Amino acid sequence: MSIRFKTLAELKRLLENKDISSYELVNETFKNISSSKTNSFITLDEEVALNKARDFDEGKVDGDLAGIPIAQKDLFCTKNLRTTCGSKILENFIPPYDATVVDNLSAAGSICVGKTNMDEFAMGSSNETSYYGTVRNPWDLERVPGGSSGGSAAAVSEGLVCAATGTDTGGSIRQPAALCGITGIKPTYGRASRWGMIAFASSLDQAGAFARNAEDCALLLNHICSHDSKDSTSISDERENYLDNINNDLKGKKIGIIKEFDISSLNREVQDSFEQSKRIFEALGASFVEVSMPNIRLSVPTYYVVAPAECSSNLSRFDGVKYGYRAKDVDNLEELYVKSRSEGFGDEVKRRILIGTYVLSAGFYDAYYKKAQQSRRMIKNDFVDAFNEVDIIMSPSSPSSAFKIGSKTEDPIEMYLEDLFTISSNLAGVPAMSIPHGFCNGLPIGLQLIGNYLEESKILNFAHQYQKNSDWHFKTPDLGESS
Amino acid sequence: MSWETVIGLEVHAQLSTNTKLFSSASTKFGSEPNTQVDLVDLGLPGVLPVVNKDAFKKAIRFGLAIEADINQESTFDRKNYFYPDLPKGYQITQMTKPIVEGGSIDIDVDGDKKTINITRAHLEEDAGKSIHDAYPDKSVIDLNRAGTPLLEIVSEPEISSAKEAVSYMKALHQLVTFLDVCDGDMSQGSLRCDANVSIRKVGDAELGTRTEIKNINSFRFIEKAINFEIKRQIKVLESGEKVTQETRLYDSGRDETRPMRSKEFANDYRYFPDPDLLPVVISDDEMEEIRSTFPELPADKSRRYISEFQIDESEAEIISSSRELSNFFEVAVESKNDPKLAANLIVGEIGSLLNKDNIKIDESKLSSDNFNILLQRISDGTISKKIAKTILAEIWETGRNADEIINDQGLVQIQDESLLEEVITKVIESNTKQVEDYKNGKDKLFGFFVGQVMKETQGKANPKAVNDLLKKALNS
Repeated sequence: MSIRFKTLAELKRLLENKDISSYELVNETFKNISSSKTNSFITLDEEVALNKARDFDEGKVDGDLAGIPIAQKDLFCTKNLRTTCGSKILENFIPPYDATVVDNLSAAGSICVGKTNMDEFAMGSSNETSYYGTVRNPWDLERVPGGSSGGSAAAVSEGLVCAATGTDTGGSIRQPAALCGITGIKPTYGRASRWGMIAFASSLDQAGAFARNAEDCALLLNHICSHDSKDSTSISDERENYLDNINNDLKGKKIGIIKEFDISSLNREVQDSFEQSKRIFEALGASFVEVSMPNIRLSVPTYYVVAPAECSSNLSRFDGVKYGYRAKDVDNLEELYVKSRSEGFGDEVKRRILIGTYVLSAGFYDAYYKKAQQSRRMIKNDFVDAFNEVDIIMSPSSPSSAFKIGSKTEDPIEMYLEDLFTISSNLAGVPAMSIPHGFCNGLPIGLQLIGNYLEESKILNFAHQYQKNSDWHFKTPDLGESS
Repeated sequence: MSWETVIGLEVHAQLSTNTKLFSSASTKFGSEPNTQVDLVDLGLPGVLPVVNKDAFKKAIRFGLAIEADINQESTFDRKNYFYPDLPKGYQITQMTKPIVEGGSIDIDVDGDKKTINITRAHLEEDAGKSIHDAYPDKSVIDLNRAGTPLLEIVSEPEISSAKEAVSYMKALHQLVTFLDVCDGDMSQGSLRCDANVSIRKVGDAELGTRTEIKNINSFRFIEKAINFEIKRQIKVLESGEKVTQETRLYDSGRDETRPMRSKEFANDYRYFPDPDLLPVVISDDEMEEIRSTFPELPADKSRRYISEFQIDESEAEIISSSRELSNFFEVAVESKNDPKLAANLIVGEIGSLLNKDNIKIDESKLSSDNFNILLQRISDGTISKKIAKTILAEIWETGRNADEIINDQGLVQIQDESLLEEVITKVIESNTKQVEDYKNGKDKLFGFFVGQVMKETQGKANPKAVNDLLKKALNS
């Protein structure tokens, strides 16, 4: 039986009915991974995964996700399993502890098959900054899968696993979900614990999930999200069951369209898909309202001050002293630092450390970092105002479909604009997701649904109703003869 | 030309919490290197700090004691710099909104009283230790101290001499130990200070260029380091040169300050709010709890001792000035002993023994229980106060039980009148000349006879009985 492209819910049913064993499932997964050409994984954990599958088959494990193989983005620390964060500097780093998200998902019985490829330290929108090679988009191997969680997105898109974790600092779940034609969700900031997530920009980083549809994402969030006393920014409100409201009626609901996002400048196909999606929601009884968010134009510049500032400090711990890459043949401490970091970090990471160091420097702090904090508050307030009028906000997930590998690497600004539509929800801390809703140049594109603070249930409800009335999420890439 | 000195002190008090400021690792001093370190202290990828509220309670207690403003909402910032014993590459500290602002400390220099205002006191984490001399060809790091909570207490530049600085430091030491905020052990670095010193012409409004002397860890060194620095700066200025603003280290071996290598301190720390920590909010209830468990401070103690126990003012002051001594005294009084007697022995005999050995009472072999026994034996007439001193000396050496010493050495006081009369008769008979003089009006000789009786009884005679019986015998 082919397990490729099966949803999480379908696999659960197959296991429950004993139509397939977990061992077969995991074994098949590794077979598929070995023949894959996308370079989605950095490290595999075959022996441990197969043992866990046997345990499940022997009835020793239960839980909501029991026996299901999943993949973890290589930014989550996994005890005794190498965690590189896509960087040379952590090439040999084996964490002595599990991230809370990893812990939660194993407590639910899921089986981690390996760690997925990603942009180095989650800095990138194409997966080209990974030290472990570019990930390829399963829809076209010459194109990028998006980033930074490109490995997770590609692995789910290609049907290697039915679910994977991701992290989203400025769009790192939603943009690759869109470019790979799958569903991805970033919950409210603080809803999932950051304990054990290697930090890029602490005030923006948030864990989330990739799956084939919104319903599977809801099930995953039921385990990924939790209150964690080890993370001071973790939200203490009790977590909802995200499946509870997924079938709510959309009649009378209002969807906001952001006036300041100029969709008419985008590719014709992107515009058409957007219009078609609007019609689906209208048919479900929802109506559209234009909301003005005047400060949203500040999102990209604000983000590229705040995120590098935090990253420049967060990445100081990688100094060659305690763990990670240490340069050889150094004569003194200064040289140890300079060489270890120069050799251990890639260009994009260095670029952001430099920007961050600059904007925090005495004399520049007020002009950059402080200003950015002010504009961030203004953007947040725009969301507060908008959600006074509408239930959710809708936009394209990314300006276009997947681009050719290498086509944007020489132009960082062009690359940064990939996150034009996604960044603002990170700055505001609100939940957002991307669902497949059409094609542009034969490649999938995504629709972004943004919810109010702690209203991930609502966007999951909209997404699920949309998917009950469309078939974009059933589309799968043609993998040719290789698989 | 006459110069005046302006000094501001930054004192780091290590808070006596059980665990670190942002992790659950122990803060115990002197353990094997790198054994009191958890994932957070190591600065592993993915770890996050969680605030230890106990450190806040102690900081607030200090703030209340100096009548400062308490920021019930305070924030943490990152101070970024690279150093091998700073695992995260930044120190978490309170730059913009410290827990304590304002307040003051009263000092006393040879009877002159002065008030030193406090700018702020903020919480921050300590760094680890780099060890350069353990191996010939490498430096190693001990992270046991990394993450230990510190309260940095910053004074206004209102201190005008090395002596005042020492007095300020002593007042601070007394306060933090009484408040149970810090153990005050300067030799272990629990309390250490950085001194900002500058010189200006008397009458100048502007401050001179200052230097900062780092990490001075004894009262004596504070005085010496500052005095050296004052002399050095005066010499520089009088030779027509300028003082360079710099950080200096005090070398106690050579009794001089020296500039630190410039690489040892970075210039731009790129402070910014720590995004891993939300503002820490102390509720009104928590404030109330801290107020209600506020310990009694020396001045209040002293006043209470005088009014409640009628002990001498000077004794009350000495006992209440030390947390250990006052605890010791209070235990004795609580056990229904005579407060005056207890105070007398603590200040007198025990005080000189403590001075001799330069230790604190809880480091001595004299336990509260044993002291209680001793006091009871004096009160019930078993031994005299004089014998008690002999017994104390023995306890000081051996820590033996007072009753045991009394029994073994036959120190029980002689109360038996017939026995004492026999001795008195003997003394009178062998000192006929003195008896005659006494009877002719030389009253002062009475003490001589008491001494003789005591000598005969090896000090064991009950002094009151000797007095009474001697008077009777001599006046007959």
